[in-house]
This record gives sequence, structure tokens and C-alpha cells, in this order.
Amino acid sequence: MALHNILAESGEWLSGDGPQSHIVISSRVRLARNLRNFSFPGWAKKTDRISVLECVKPAVESLPEMGDAYSAYSQDLSALEKQVLVERHLVSREHAAKGVGSAVVMNRKQTLSIMINEEDHLRIQGIRSGLQLKNVFKLVDKVDTALGEKLDFAFHQQYGFLTACPTNVGTGMRASAMMHLPGLVLSEQINQVIQAVSKVGLAVRGLYGEGTEALGNLFQISNQITLGEKEEEILTRLNKVIEQILSHEVNARASLLEKRAVLLLDNIGRAYGILRHAHSMASKEALNLLSCIKLGTDLGFFPEDGRLIVDQLFMETQPAHLQKSSQQKLQAEERDTLRAEIIRTKLSKFPKPDGKKAIERGREERKEKDEKDGGVTE
Amino acid sequence: MNCDVCKQKTATVFLTQIVDGKMQKVNLCESCSKEKGVTDPKGFALADLLLGLGASEEMERSGTGQKCPMCGFSQADFKKTGRFGCSNCYEVFSEGLEAMLKGMHKGTTHTGKVPQRLLKARQHAEELKRLQRELRKAVDDEKYEAAAELRDKIKHLEPGAAGKA
Repeated sequence: MALHNILAESGEWLSGDGPQSHIVISSRVRLARNLRNFSFPGWAKKTDRISVLECVKPAVESLPEMGDAYSAYSQDLSALEKQVLVERHLVSREHAAKGVGSAVVMNRKQTLSIMINEEDHLRIQGIRSGLQLKNVFKLVDKVDTALGEKLDFAFHQQYGFLTACPTNVGTGMRASAMMHLPGLVLSEQINQVIQAVSKVGLAVRGLYGEGTEALGNLFQISNQITLGEKEEEILTRLNKVIEQILSHEVNARASLLEKRAVLLLDNIGRAYGILRHAHSMASKEALNLLSCIKLGTDLGFFPEDGRLIVDQLFMETQPAHLQKSSQQKLQAEERDTLRAEIIRTKLSKFPKPDGKKAIERGREERKEKDEKDGGVTE
Repeated sequence: MNCDVCKQKTATVFLTQIVDGKMQKVNLCESCSKEKGVTDPKGFALADLLLGLGASEEMERSGTGQKCPMCGFSQADFKKTGRFGCSNCYEVFSEGLEAMLKGMHKGTTHTGKVPQRLLKARQHAEELKRLQRELRKAVDDEKYEAAAELRDKIKHLEPGAAGKA
């Protein structure tokens, strides 16, 4: 299967049909694995990296899950193609910087991607729409078990799976959920949430992982601990925290609707105005404004049938995706012009935001709830 | 000067702590300092951060000049990269590793998944031990018929059993 065929279709996780997918964009789990008796990729000589690659790649390609897979050596991918894969979270930024000695294999649905010779010999990653960490884990766990029968993984009686970085040792598992949290950002509760989360041994990061900004009100919540806890325990704990954040976000939105409707109307209205009429737009600005439109759709300010258009714009306006669609190399300024044009076209049929109904509905629901709660206590 | 945590960005936050006359310094970039909660002095535990970093220094002291015989990796390389050279390094630099892992994780012993291969080998070894215990007991109890049966089973399980039989 050729890469352009895979990339022509958006990944399963972008379809937005997983559980709770309005707020939890995607669930991701990756396992780090290494072969015994070979230096880790960052320390290995080129010839060693190639020997590992030639041993691992056929094993990965023969997995039943990789029946109609796309597989490529890193040096055969253009910088643009790699960047597209990064934007889809199918390879990491670190892996995109690799050349000879590395490769990536992914399935057609783009739910499973295996990086060879990233920081570790293998990074087995699963990604799905919505909150379903356990299902994603099941997939990567099965793949890991199958690969473990063919490959001699470095495993230590005490420390578990050995990884290049000691922060990954043990399970080698990093699980994360990408959450869209405009309610918590607008109500200025996000810093509190981030601090609380980091106190329970979990990390909050920006859109593209470690050290990146939280653009478009998108946050990644992930486990930091990989040693001393079973995979299931880590996932259960992470899941619990994600569900809590989810309910905080829902509450924040309800209370904004009730008490600070003007703030919501203003943010969403401004975003709508700018997106509909701008002629030059940087990717950061686009993400932040699209986030407001997504929030507006969730709240019922915009019709439900526009949801997919907005979700897809999040991806289509990313620099590499934009470049890919135009089939030529663009300067930053040209990109900004094209980005604004695509957004204007896609949103041309979008009706004006209508917040009245949503605000009234919010008040009624609140009233009903209060009456009901009052009734119970009486 | 680069950040002590991510080792990539330029450090802009410099922390110094003096405990019992011993000075420890940590240099952080802006994003790592935020991640560690340094901007909020109340919520920030310098000790937690130092535990991890201090441990790598301890590792360095414990065996200066030592190199992994398999991949040639040294302690100085670890300090520079924060990564090991190969899986064997975990044995070579085990001194000090424990303290570092303690600072990063919930414990120092893996309790999760074990590769199928090792699981089978482990089960095999346990089964062998169990049979040997039963055999001793059978002999002690003078149940020779049962003992003979157990002996055959053990023979079957022992490495290279097929050839001998």
C-alpha cells in the first residue's frame, strides 16, 4: 500500500465516533521494547541499527494486524510526508528526524503504528477516537505478545522491560488521552487542574507531547510512572482522572452558559467572524479559533452537521497537511493565505452562531435540576 | 547552559538549595520549570526534583570510569544524554540506579506483563521444583511407586530430557 493512499483517508481516530469523543479527541497507548544484546538506537552504530531494523521489520510486517499495512524506511520518506505523519500522531517528532536505520509500519486504518529505531528499538503505538484506553491497550498488548514470540526482548527480572530512558523502564507503557478543554481554559480553572493532575503522578502536555504548547485548548494527559504498577492499574488510575477532568469540563461549560453567557457568545462570535473573513492566518491562531467553533458546536450554537467539517479543519490547517494539499512547497506567508482561504471556503455555509436556545436550555435544565434536587431533600 | 531535565532548551530558571552546608544546584528551562511546578513555590518540592538528578550524580560517584563491556557506554555518557547505551547497562550501572528509579517511579520492581517466553520458562522451572519436592516427600514416606512416577516426570521435564530417554 502506498503512503499517499493511506494519507488520502483520514485516520479512524479523526472520525470522532468513539465514546465521549466531543471532549476526549483520542486515546493513545504506546509500548517501548528493545532487543537483547543490541545497543539502543541512540547509542548504536549505524550498522547495528540496520541489523536490528532488518530483524524487526519483517517480524512487524508479518503481523496479522498489518495485513494491508504501509511500511517505509525513514530515508525514503520526504520531510513533508514525515511531518504529515507527525501531525496525525502516527510517528513522533523524534522519529521524524531519523534517517537510515529507522522505519515505520502502520495499518491502513491508522490505528496501529510501529516505529522501529526511535529512542527504543520498537515503539508499538495504538490510537483510537474517544475515551477507550483499555481497548487501545488490548490491541498493542496483543501485538506485543505476538512480537515477543519472534523477537528476544530485553527483559529484567526486577526492572521489567528495559528501555533507553529509565523513565520508561518496567511496563514501557505510556498511555495518554487528548482532551479538548475550552471550558476549563475560559473559566480559568485549567492551571488548577494541571497542578492537581501532576500531583497524582500524571503529566499534562500540549498538542505534540513533551515540551509543546497547549494550542487549540488541546491537552494530553498521560501516565509518568512505568515501574512498580501493573499496566491495568496504570490505565485504571489514568482513566479515573480523565473522567474527572471530563466532568469538570462539562460542569465548567454549564456554568459558563449559566453565569457568563456573554463571555461565551463573545469568544465564539469573534472566532466565527475572524475565521469567516480573515485572509491570512497562522496555524496557531487557526487552532485557537477553531477550538471556539468546536465548543460552539458542542453547546449547540452551531448545527450538529457542521461538526465533521470543524474537526477536519483542525488537521487540514496544520502546516504539513496544508502543504500536501497544495502539491507544492509554500512559504510561510503563502501558507497563511491558503489556510485562511480553505477555512473561509469550508465555513462558507456555516450559519451564524445562535446561542439563545442553548442558553435558555441551560437555564431550564438548571431549574429542573434544582427543583428535582429540592424535591428529593423535602 | 542547557536545562538539566530536558537537556535541550536553554536554562532560564536557576535553583540553589543549601542543606546541611551542602549546596545543590538545578538549572531548568522555562517549560520544564513550569512542568515541575517551580513557578509556584508552595507546590514545588525541590527535594523531589533533586532526588532524580542527585541520584544520577550518585551513580557517577559510585563507579567513575566504569564502562559497559557490551556497548562501551560510560557514566559520563549517561549524565550527558539521560539514556542508557544498551540493556546490559542496567546491570553494569546498577549501583545508584535504584535511587534514581525510586525518584521517578512508584517502586523499583516491575509487577506488570512478563514476556510469554519467560513466563513459560518460569512456569517450567516452578513445575520442576514442585515435582522434586513431591519426590523427596514420596521417598521419605516410602511410597516408592509414586516416587518412580514422579522421577519419570522430572526426567521428562529436565533440560535435554528427550535425548536421555
